[in-house]
Amino acid sequence: MNPAAGSSAPMQQRIHAANPEPPARLKVEQVSYAYAATDRSAPEFTLGPVSFQAQPREIVAILGPNASGKSTLLRLLAGLVKPLSGRVEIDGAEASGLHLRTRAQRIALVQQESELLFRLRVWEYVLQGRYPYGRRLRFESPEDCLLAANALSQVAADPLRDRWMHQLSGGEKQRVILARALAQQPALLLLDEPTQHLDIGGKVELLRRLRRLADDNGHSVIVVTHELNLAAEFSDRILLLHGGKCLRVGSPAEVYEPEILETVFGAPLEVEMRPNGRPRAILRGNY
Amino acid sequence: MRPLTPRRILATCGLLAAVLFVVVVISLRTGAYPISVREIVLTLFQGARGRKDEVPPEFWLVVFGLRLPRIALGILVGAALSVAGAGFQALLRNPLADPYVLGVSSGAALGAIVSLVAAPHVVGAIQLAAFAGAAATIMAVYFLGRRGGQLDSATLLLAGIVAASFLSAIIIFLITTLNTQDLRGMAYWLMGDLSSPAPTTNISQWLLFLFSVLAVAAGVMYATSSDLNLILTGEEEARHLGVNVRRVKVVVYVAASALTGLAVSVSGAIGYVGLLVPHVMRMMFGTDYRLLIPASAVGGAIAIVAADTLARTVVAPTELPVGAMTALAGAPVFIYLMRRSVR
Repeated sequence: MNPAAGSSAPMQQRIHAANPEPPARLKVEQVSYAYAATDRSAPEFTLGPVSFQAQPREIVAILGPNASGKSTLLRLLAGLVKPLSGRVEIDGAEASGLHLRTRAQRIALVQQESELLFRLRVWEYVLQGRYPYGRRLRFESPEDCLLAANALSQVAADPLRDRWMHQLSGGEKQRVILARALAQQPALLLLDEPTQHLDIGGKVELLRRLRRLADDNGHSVIVVTHELNLAAEFSDRILLLHGGKCLRVGSPAEVYEPEILETVFGAPLEVEMRPNGRPRAILRGNY
Repeated sequence: MRPLTPRRILATCGLLAAVLFVVVVISLRTGAYPISVREIVLTLFQGARGRKDEVPPEFWLVVFGLRLPRIALGILVGAALSVAGAGFQALLRNPLADPYVLGVSSGAALGAIVSLVAAPHVVGAIQLAAFAGAAATIMAVYFLGRRGGQLDSATLLLAGIVAASFLSAIIIFLITTLNTQDLRGMAYWLMGDLSSPAPTTNISQWLLFLFSVLAVAAGVMYATSSDLNLILTGEEEARHLGVNVRRVKVVVYVAASALTGLAVSVSGAIGYVGLLVPHVMRMMFGTDYRLLIPASAVGGAIAIVAADTLARTVVAPTELPVGAMTALAGAPVFIYLMRRSVR
């Protein structure tokens, strides 16, 4: 099945089924946050209030120019920082209040990889995703290995299993990092600009993969990205941030209005509707 | 996929322990008084059964009175320094970290000397003071090694080198002005030396005390080994995977300082073992700390016992400080690792 083509039909069903509203997987309610240089000085940057929800199998894209608060919002969703006001709830529990390992069982965060100090095999790296489930010295069980192998095959990385991490290409490495996140069996999968270092083919492949993972595993996927058109194509909901304010939340068609996009990104943009009901932003001529 | 099992850890450490045993027997055989391997094994066997009367008294004296205590100290120091080195490498996320290079050994030595002057006859005071000196130094080096809020590899090493030379200057100043011990002995001790006599007459009890400290500190660090694996991949990522990074760092910081203090309090500042041994073990057995820590402990013991045996034979009948031997072997490897890792 082509996941890109098949994505809209199950989405329609979900919207119908959602009529008597099920409890949300991720519930963000009036969340705000502020940074200040010192405790007493006025905040240099404020975020929010932001409210939105995500159900299982939904992809939510967070869009916005640089310094619009995307990464801060992602850290709030990951429960790494406690919001100044409002709540981030995952399956009814406050994210920042969860025990560290319980949190890691529910939320996986994929960021740009840090440099490895020592050599590590791909399978060792992916097995790290099983850490939150282990005890004491956390010797990996056969089940852990099975789950890690599954995670690798879900990102089409089985052949990489015995390679060294530092010998992988950018795209391969990203798939392996994603596999480690999948090995955590999270309810919520957060990705911070995963398309950044990929070429266009890689970007499409990654988003198709996220779509398929959301459908097959039931993750709620939140992805921070700069890719306006790919986000419109693959996500169920878009959250548009600008200068720390949440300007719009809704389906791509609802959010993509030329005036708003132009203000937010500071570029002359046109929006055209495609036959599949998804918008596309195009740079207007004469810029 | 071949995940680490307790069985593989036991097998690896068993193999290393066998090597250690061979090195120990060779070391027992080496020295001015001739004694054969057969006699050594026999003496050890009867000693283990507690039958002192079935062994010729001169064998007993040479094995249990002279050579074995020194070997035991070598095992202790090698294990402590190597595990401390592996800990510092993870804590500071720096493959070149080592108690000696970071100046931590000098800090421990200063603490030990201060306690020798201030409270010469209190049991355990020297270890405690060496621990305090080590902990204070690594704290200072850690903060001096930061640049723009980030730990910077080169700055950290420079801070360590500066701390080491500064502390050594204070030590020399103290030794010269106080003149409480004979200078040559102190100078040897500073270089790292296992020949200084035990402070008490009851050697086995003293060794038991030292090894208990080793077991506790190394055991505490070992309990964090799977957390350290993740911290080595990245602190931020480790936090996402559920590691309490701050707690682990405090635990490793205290344990590694205690191990350094312990080693320095009995042998002075022996360099490069904490750097070299974990690296060799990594090359042989991989980077997993659940295996690396015990393997480094045994490997460090092998390294120091072997180095000390060489140190007391190459220029016999005089002796070299064992620290001179480890520096001869370690400094070139350090340069090699530095050139490879600083890109």
